[in-house]
Amino acid sequence: MFAPVYLDHNASTPADPAVVEAMLPYLALQFGNASSRHEYGRAARRAIDEARGQVAAAVGAHASEVVFTSGGSEANNLLIKGAAGRLKPGLLAVSAVEHPCVIKPAEQLCKHGWTLARLAVDAEGRIDPENFEAVMSARPKIVSVMLANNETGVLQDVESLAERGRSVGAWFHTDAVQAIGKLPVDFRRLNTAGVHALTLSAHKIGGPKGAAALVLDKRLDLEPLIAGGGHERGLRSGTENVAAIVGFGVACELAVQRRDALAQHVLKLRQQVECGLLGLGAVLFGQGPERLPNTVYFAIPAIDGETLVGYLDRAGYAVASGAACSSANPEPSHVLRAMGVAPDLARGAVRISFGRGNSEEQVAAFLGSLQAMVTRLQRLTAMAV
Amino acid sequence: MLKLPIYLDYSATTPVDPRVATKMIPYLVEKFGNPASRSHSFGWEAEAAVEEAREEVARLVNADPKEIVWTSGATESNNLAIKGAAQFYAGKGKHVVTVRIEHKAVLDTCRELERQGFEVSYLDVQNNGLLDLEVFKAALRPDTIVVSVMLVNNEIGVIQPIAEIGEICRARGIIFHVDAAQATGKVEIDLAALKVDLMSFCAHKTYGPKGIGALYVRRKPRVRLTAQMHGGGHERGFRSGTLATHQIVGMGEAFRLARLEMGAEKERIRMLRDRLLKGLSDIDQVFVNGDLEQRVPHNLNISFAYVEGESLLMAIKDLAVSSGSACTSASLEPSYVLRALGREDELAHSSIRFTLGRFTTEEEIDYAIKLLHDKIGRLRELSPLWEMVQEGVDLSTVQWAAH
Repeated sequence: MFAPVYLDHNASTPADPAVVEAMLPYLALQFGNASSRHEYGRAARRAIDEARGQVAAAVGAHASEVVFTSGGSEANNLLIKGAAGRLKPGLLAVSAVEHPCVIKPAEQLCKHGWTLARLAVDAEGRIDPENFEAVMSARPKIVSVMLANNETGVLQDVESLAERGRSVGAWFHTDAVQAIGKLPVDFRRLNTAGVHALTLSAHKIGGPKGAAALVLDKRLDLEPLIAGGGHERGLRSGTENVAAIVGFGVACELAVQRRDALAQHVLKLRQQVECGLLGLGAVLFGQGPERLPNTVYFAIPAIDGETLVGYLDRAGYAVASGAACSSANPEPSHVLRAMGVAPDLARGAVRISFGRGNSEEQVAAFLGSLQAMVTRLQRLTAMAV
Repeated sequence: MLKLPIYLDYSATTPVDPRVATKMIPYLVEKFGNPASRSHSFGWEAEAAVEEAREEVARLVNADPKEIVWTSGATESNNLAIKGAAQFYAGKGKHVVTVRIEHKAVLDTCRELERQGFEVSYLDVQNNGLLDLEVFKAALRPDTIVVSVMLVNNEIGVIQPIAEIGEICRARGIIFHVDAAQATGKVEIDLAALKVDLMSFCAHKTYGPKGIGALYVRRKPRVRLTAQMHGGGHERGFRSGTLATHQIVGMGEAFRLARLEMGAEKERIRMLRDRLLKGLSDIDQVFVNGDLEQRVPHNLNISFAYVEGESLLMAIKDLAVSSGSACTSASLEPSYVLRALGREDELAHSSIRFTLGRFTTEEEIDYAIKLLHDKIGRLRELSPLWEMVQEGVDLSTVQWAAH
């Protein structure tokens, strides 16, 4: 038996041992309900307050701007629907390459009188400035553009986009779930530019699943998604998930401490793997612009992505294909579609996302396996023709 | 050696059972895959654990695993059930029926529906906290689409007649939702027999972790909902968002233990509750809130007349108990549940909720009894009202000076 090599850190990451250690006391011993007034409850409240400070500090925000949710999807839903609930229907704009948990709630709003503009991207996955300008001049009320794309890793210049958004009075949101821990994220600076809200998630940065946050400019009034009890300043009711929130706080602290070292480490691996991939004739998506140091998104012409990831899994490498995450039919990725990638090539898409635990030896071995597989698959394809 | 303060607030939350915690930890560290990852063994391993837990949850309540939808907790389940059903069936009518002593997660959700143009009837309960079925029937209208009644009340522990309510709803084609957050592991729930369409659960009241819950959504006859959280289409579109594997595994294990141990545990807790009640009943002027028969043995809610509630809580700091429910105890308002039972503000103010659980011991109960005897005696010595009562003055005839 050998342990498979995990190369899918944009999907989820293992919880750091220090995170787990911090969480454990809050399961069986310090188990109070943070709303209780006795010592068990007060201890839980103190732990949440501390974590709130840690999360805020990681992005240069104030603790009172952090609203805890059960996950990134909930935070994005809360922002999009919650903002719409407080505004008269009008135009809302989200980039065509957003995560489904931004696009789908935005589509839902169309049932309630809103008009949705999908901000176009160029062939490299960057927001198309002309289209962006055209949409902005139609004065959208809500705009959402992610800091870093989960599939391609491509970064957007959110700061300058938000400045333009501010000039038309838009409420501007950015999904920073993939960015934090890999590059500096400064809410204060973004906020000054015109960003009102930012989404973070614990399980992408060595924290547990089940905790996330919406960092929110307090001038924004949102309609809550979940009512009942008035937790989180009335924005999110429900007994706080103390252990996961504590883990989230520690993960944020570690993510900032380790950010530069991690970025350097994974960038080296990325360069190594890209070099090998190009030698195999792979097409790299979003290769030009600035992007996350840990993410490589590629296709090898004439090789199906699903088939390739299946082979790789059996060889002991966990990577992701470009198909929608929980859909049974392998639709090509909406991100690649938006970038104008031909469907045939898009169906070959495979994503590698590195993390702390990966090494150069693993990448070298991975490339060796991949080469063997590609040769075999190409031979099979040639026979079939 | 007793550990102070003694935890007698199991209805606010329970510790995670160590056996549950042990099962959770591997899913944080080595089995950390995203259950939605379809391309590798990390994802499949997580998905298999999620499905095994789903079976355990379903088994406790005799449902099909396909009828269980994961949520972040009972509050979210209640929101999804009530808003989701009301919005989906809004074409049939816009009337919703619930009860005054429901949890805030239900009441606040209903308030929100009112803002969305629905009409909600909030039914009164009898003095024992139970819903009168005749009152219930009279409240139903041709345009009633959703009824929400909790199984076990969080403050007074009474068990509502949901079997009967379910029959009435089914006969009229009304969707019936039950908040069972306080019920799992305390009462038998058989969803094959009950005519319940939607049922909310959470893990952290049943020795599982916080941050995880479930909604039962009946398949036959099929119940439909408008999703409240959109995204990757997880949970068959009912609820998007990455599943928190370790929490789900914890809920599965907690519900498995509840199924295996409920019978014996209930009897042990009933003995402890009876011991507590007996120990307190020789104090003058104590009143049990809520019916004692139609009630889970885990809960004893008592008003101590002529004792000021805040001072009482301060005096018994060695006991971690609550006045009102945890979720509302930040406010100094008397409990809306006790007021709905017709308790005057004074008695509602002087109430304490004792909730017992898996780790409560006889020694702890005896300590609590002794402490309460002691402190209540002392607080009443300081009370001018108590002095008057002792002298035989009927306080209801006293004319109080305004000030």
